[in-house]
Amino acid sequence: MIKRFTVLLLLVGLATIFFSLALGYVPDESLNQTARYYAENTVSDTGATNIVTAIIVTYRGLDTLGEVTVLFLTAAIVGLVLTRGAEEGKGKPMLPSGELLSTGSGLLVPLILLLGVYVFVNGHLTPGGGFQGGAILASGIMLILLTDPMRHFSHRLIGLIESVSGLVFITVGILGIVLGAGFLDNSLLPKGTLGELFSAGTIPLVYSLIGLKVGAEFSSMLLSLSETEGS
Amino acid sequence: MNTLLVGMSIVLVIAMIVTALVAISGRRLSIMILSAGLVSLIASVMFLLLAAPDVAMTEAAIGSGLTTFLFFFVLGRVRGESDD
Repeated sequence: MIKRFTVLLLLVGLATIFFSLALGYVPDESLNQTARYYAENTVSDTGATNIVTAIIVTYRGLDTLGEVTVLFLTAAIVGLVLTRGAEEGKGKPMLPSGELLSTGSGLLVPLILLLGVYVFVNGHLTPGGGFQGGAILASGIMLILLTDPMRHFSHRLIGLIESVSGLVFITVGILGIVLGAGFLDNSLLPKGTLGELFSAGTIPLVYSLIGLKVGAEFSSMLLSLSETEGS
Repeated sequence: MNTLLVGMSIVLVIAMIVTALVAISGRRLSIMILSAGLVSLIASVMFLLLAAPDVAMTEAAIGSGLTTFLFFFVLGRVRGESDD
């Protein structure tokens, strides 16, 4: 009874807060100062047509480093907790997956991986980028794991991809401090023509590295989840 | 154009609330997981309508793709162990 009453009270309180917020909402007539700067100067500053990518990789590059670090920590902790007893239940054979699943995944996995690579390589031109592309890559790996849970992936290779791309990402960022205007400054490489694949300075390079890193982290989490037997 | 957008958003929001209710109070676990993924899918269409394609891609890939897969994976693992 008291529990119900508390839940009801919480709901009423939340409804009041959101209702007053919605009543007091006045849409802005124009962009505020920061947003106007980004909207007007992104193309001339960075040469990227996707303003969101330019903000994430160049203007707010340090925040992106923080996000990638959080994801890395999560993957490391999941690996640390779940790899105990990974080699125990190997002998138990599982039922083979259905014809539909195995044929479908054989057809779809290359396309999904290709889409992931496309999304993060073209991050400076079209919507999308490293995080989205990495998640798409990992969902391709997930489909392989669903089809054949006993399949063995090389943890060493995934760890190598992850750490090399992370290292190169930070090196490019620090080179920006040394040679350019600040961390992840993208004037190291030529800006090129607007709208081409190899343009916008270091943005495609950095976002591809972030994509590989995020994909490797998600995949290693999924792999350690699937390799844990009855812990 | 604008009224069309507003109408679509209202339909999507209602569908989102209904699927969210199904996700927390459904009978079978598999249907609950599927509707939780559906909430994310409708949310990503919503983000697309609000002119945020980058967020929409993240939501579709992580929210409705990876998370749903992961829930099913764990569900299968839990069921497999309870059979032993």
